[in-house]
Amino acid sequence: MTEVPPILSASAVTIGYGARTIVDDGDLVIRAGERLAVVGPNGAGKSTLLRALTGVLVPRSGVVHLCGDPIGSVHRRAVARTIAVVPELADLPFAMPVEDVVALGRLPHEPPLNGLRPVDIAAVDAAIDRVGIGSLRRRDVRELSMGERQLVFIAVALAQAAPILVLDEPTAHLDIRHQVEVMELLVELNQRDGTTVLAVLHDLAFAAHFFPRVVVLDHGRIVADGSPFEVLDAGRIRAVFGVDPALVRLPVGAA
Amino acid sequence: MTATTVTRDIAAGVGARLRHRPLAIGLAGVAALVVLLVLGVGFGSVRIGPLEILGVILQRAFGIDIGVTWSPATEAIVWDLRLPRVLTAMIIGCGLAVAGATFQGLLRNPLADPYVLGTASGAALGAAIAVLLPIQLLFVEFGLLHGLAFLGALVSAWVVFRLGGTSGGGGLTRLLLTGYAVGSVLAALLTMAMYVSGVELRQIFSFLLGGLGGASWTRLLVATPLIVGACLLIMARSRVLDGLLLGDAAAGHLGFDVRRERGILLGLASMATAAAVAISGLIGFVGLVVPHVVRLAVGPQGRRVVPLAAILGAGLLSAADLVARLLGDVPVGVVTSLLGAPFFLFLLRRSRSGYEL
Repeated sequence: MTEVPPILSASAVTIGYGARTIVDDGDLVIRAGERLAVVGPNGAGKSTLLRALTGVLVPRSGVVHLCGDPIGSVHRRAVARTIAVVPELADLPFAMPVEDVVALGRLPHEPPLNGLRPVDIAAVDAAIDRVGIGSLRRRDVRELSMGERQLVFIAVALAQAAPILVLDEPTAHLDIRHQVEVMELLVELNQRDGTTVLAVLHDLAFAAHFFPRVVVLDHGRIVADGSPFEVLDAGRIRAVFGVDPALVRLPVGAA
Repeated sequence: MTATTVTRDIAAGVGARLRHRPLAIGLAGVAALVVLLVLGVGFGSVRIGPLEILGVILQRAFGIDIGVTWSPATEAIVWDLRLPRVLTAMIIGCGLAVAGATFQGLLRNPLADPYVLGTASGAALGAAIAVLLPIQLLFVEFGLLHGLAFLGALVSAWVVFRLGGTSGGGGLTRLLLTGYAVGSVLAALLTMAMYVSGVELRQIFSFLLGGLGGASWTRLLVATPLIVGACLLIMARSRVLDGLLLGDAAAGHLGFDVRRERGILLGLASMATAAAVAISGLIGFVGLVVPHVVRLAVGPQGRRVVPLAAILGAGLLSAADLVARLLGDVPVGVVTSLLGAPFFLFLLRRSRSGYEL
């Protein structure tokens, strides 16, 4: 396998708010076309690491590189065209049809004064189609269930059509069928379209089953990084998550 | 398919058809503004026909003679009194409605109005101080009152933004609460000023009620660039408003410098509000409700909401001022609330099935 240059990388990043250190001396190299899951107990620093990797939080020390450039030196719009982040579930202040919300994903692309071009509308249609929310298109987002809204916000990020897709707990509100569908969608985006996928997940079984690379974060440190079979052994599950590994059903060979 | 989903789909279909015709609504709005202009100039203690109005306006503004004759009194009424007043009502209504739409979007709060950052109390306190000061300053029709009201509004908005304007987590709530807190301090000072004002109370009170009696060409010419300029710049940034609807974090990920954009938009909206308040005092309701009416008609997209709010705001305030004059110069704020609020309630009830606020 030839060495692909890193598309996104963190070198020795330490991230904190005020005096509190959340992520300590983290190193992570993500290559174009990879699909990796970040797992770890609550408060381990997963979301904070994502915020630094996506350029919205400046690390106290260390650097994040996007396609070889320090992410702080890349224009925000250019970052937004390269990294799509599934937004957290926000309550919209006004009624807004699903398709208009998904169209917000085109903001980094569309000319600021002219609005949506045909190419933008095509991207919105494709994103809605991909996530399978065509029947919700004209519904007001605010009257949807949490799970439906989660799918809408995933579609926002897909409409952004960026080479890197970042998701923080993308399945938290979904029923089991939609959880699996979202996971399969991520695999398909990665394998068919070559999108680099980076997801924070709570479900270790999903991480092990759908992701070839798993990064374990504990108390702000990256304690393991590799294939699920190497990373999610019984000892580490007990040590990091403090639960009986038998409670976690991993695919055969992982545990 | 259940009956409720059918109703919802029908409602959504109607809404969708309207939403795809913002241009038609806009053109109809502009036509309505022209009609309102003629009505506003024509009606009053003396009635003036549309031809005479057209004649005077063309003659005075462009030097074109269309062969209609009128008396000098008619000309004075049309050109010096009513036309500046009607145009002022339109400009102020436009400014308040656009500022309201901007504040509601930026603060992600449907209850926000142009005065949410304490601009109202700031302006009123400025006006009260001007009334109480023993100095009479007059500079081409601009008294101390206009100047201090304008400054008071801008300074209070600036103070609120400096004290409460952080991005991230609870930033918006903090900004809103800071606005209320600063507003309360200013309102207390205003009450104090009114308490000690004695015979000047009436003057302060009339500022609080708001009105367009003080309209003149000079005042209009100073306020117009401020208000129209701010509105145009806000329109140019209307997609930023859309992005911010998703919240600060998401807007950041969509490529916006959230803190900077919010500062710019709050500044522009405060500028429009301050200019409006300085000329006409505190006129309520327009800035709160017009943006909602527009959203009910065309959805929440900033590129549609901002220009249509400008048109509807202008129309609503000039119509309200006409009614107020016909009723014997009652304060215009009374009319906007008395006529506007029931209409708004009607819209709210009708829209229950499809798109709510």
